[in-house]
Amino acid sequence: MNKKLVIFLMSGRETPELAAAAAQGGADLIELGFPFSDPLADGPVIRRAAERALSEGMRTKACLECLAEIRGRVQVPLVPFVYSALLEAYGHKRFVADAASAGASAILVPDLPVDSHPELRRIQLVAPTSTDERIRLAAATTDGWLYLVTLTGTTGARTELSSALAGLAERARHLAPPELPLYAGFGISTPEHARAAAEIADGVIVGSRAIEVAEDGPEQLRRYVSSLRESVDAAR
Amino acid sequence: MPSPPAKKISPAEGRGLYGGYGGRYVPETLIPALEELETGWRAALADLDFISELNELLANYGGRPTPLTQAMRFCPEKRIYLKREDLLHTGAHKLNNALGQIVLARRLGKKRIVAETGAGQHGVATATVCARFGLDCVVYMGVEDMRRQRPNVERMQLLGAEVRPVEIGTQTLKEATSEAIRDWITNVETTHYLIGSCVGPHPYPEIVRVLQSVIGRESREQILEREGRLPEAVIACVGGGSNSIGMFAGFLDDAEVKLYGVEAAGAASLGSGRVAILHGARSLVLADEDGQIADAHSISAGLDYPGVGPEHAALRDSGRVKYLPCTDDEALAAFERLTKTEGIIPALESSHALARALDTDESLIVVCLSGRGDKDLDEALAQLGRRA
Ligand SMILES: Cc1ncc(COP(=O)(O)O)c(C=O)c1O
Repeated sequence: MNKKLVIFLMSGRETPELAAAAAQGGADLIELGFPFSDPLADGPVIRRAAERALSEGMRTKACLECLAEIRGRVQVPLVPFVYSALLEAYGHKRFVADAASAGASAILVPDLPVDSHPELRRIQLVAPTSTDERIRLAAATTDGWLYLVTLTGTTGARTELSSALAGLAERARHLAPPELPLYAGFGISTPEHARAAAEIADGVIVGSRAIEVAEDGPEQLRRYVSSLRESVDAAR
Repeated sequence: MPSPPAKKISPAEGRGLYGGYGGRYVPETLIPALEELETGWRAALADLDFISELNELLANYGGRPTPLTQAMRFCPEKRIYLKREDLLHTGAHKLNNALGQIVLARRLGKKRIVAETGAGQHGVATATVCARFGLDCVVYMGVEDMRRQRPNVERMQLLGAEVRPVEIGTQTLKEATSEAIRDWITNVETTHYLIGSCVGPHPYPEIVRVLQSVIGRESREQILEREGRLPEAVIACVGGGSNSIGMFAGFLDDAEVKLYGVEAAGAASLGSGRVAILHGARSLVLADEDGQIADAHSISAGLDYPGVGPEHAALRDSGRVKYLPCTDDEALAAFERLTKTEGIIPALESSHALARALDTDESLIVVCLSGRGDKDLDEALAQLGRRA
């Protein structure tokens, strides 16, 4: 089966061009960060990227415009990554509607536990600490695929792939409907990690490292993404 | 003898909601830990061994009950009584909560404690109970607060805690809290997050309220004994809201007692905030229309926080408690006045409550003197322009 590669980018003026480069490099899906001032789930790299984006004026409306602009340039599915504080202010229903019309295919909310706001359809996240019962609920309610948080911690590159992923993926396979894709994210930064994660999961998500590389421009990002693409494709 | 924690556990409706405020807005990773905490907490409250261990510590280690002191020279026209949490071990009400949570953390088998601190009083209380029980302690503190509350940084370090400077954003309590939560997410299996106020995800607001309610319970008994009647008003300062919620807890059911919470004018989440999500809970927060959190400003590090506990938001909406602002200058004047007239140096936080006690209509008043002012001398003297 063809393993998927998801690239996370923070909203910003240059993001449409970066997204096009990521798609050229072989990204199957782009997760688009909506910056929040107090991102509890994020490590230093994404937190600083959010600070920069906010200082450039990337508020919710501007992020939705960024999303629409990316939609005009790339074919791959786009998924906003948005904290519940922003949804609370914008209105859940209104956000879902406006994100969809800007071209989003789903949303991801890192600080809404699996069982809260069940009316808000989203890609659910589960972690190594999640109980079987919660993994089952997440798998039953998730929008398209299930996000496996590979480690207990915040986002950010790590030197090794988390050893907790294998166990979490095995539990999720057992508890989820048979066809549900499982994508692994958090801490994945090198092509080696990506390959190892892709041997366990159906897709991998790369965030902090992609943000760092993107600082060097679209061409660097394209090259980095294609190196990830190759190793993901080499996974068994 | 101190009485046991309130029998009536919580006003929280179901999943930690107070009139729609509160809840759990945290990454899924933390949910099992919050459920473990909630289960452990319910079991502890139902266990007489927990209650008696805590009461023994509060009495013989903490120094409870704390006195109720009449402040006659501070305000000769009124009968103002001070609930002396400044006389509790470590110098502030924060120890009530730290002792309760450390006993709970030990029951849950946790070996490591993380906490945030603003004024440093909660950090000192946490470092103290960790020293007392031999647990590892990491305290996150904004570098701006480390500067203005330096004596407390030194106390924490002497007590064996590691103080981790937080250099993000405003470098104050908001960022310190976010960093403590991130640490907890990372080390959740071994670590208890010993939160310092009635904020954060459920069940923290309830735990902190119950542990601080000893302030209100003692105050009610003491004022009845001294005056033969209930006070006309009860006043406490509000940062995250823990000393005030503990104080109010003793009087919420006494409809004739007016309750006032006093916020720093530049950090008035209840006075001028909007509904938003911060640090895992929905509450009133200084935030903009997009939900981005705004900066708070106060001379007092303990009140310099853009959010507030969810129960206060509900108490504001219901009208049971009135929340008033107090400027830096008014707080400083009250700080100096209490020092000069009563020989009691109050914390700058508590000075906000003292300032409003002078000008509310009521004349029989109990004020929560939440802490002592030693930590504030540098800042207060500099501000008062008295530095030699
Ligand atoms: C002495 C004192 N009073 C009050 C506060 C404010 O906190 P809370 O509103 O939770 O009582 C602090 C916080 O650091 C404090 O040190």
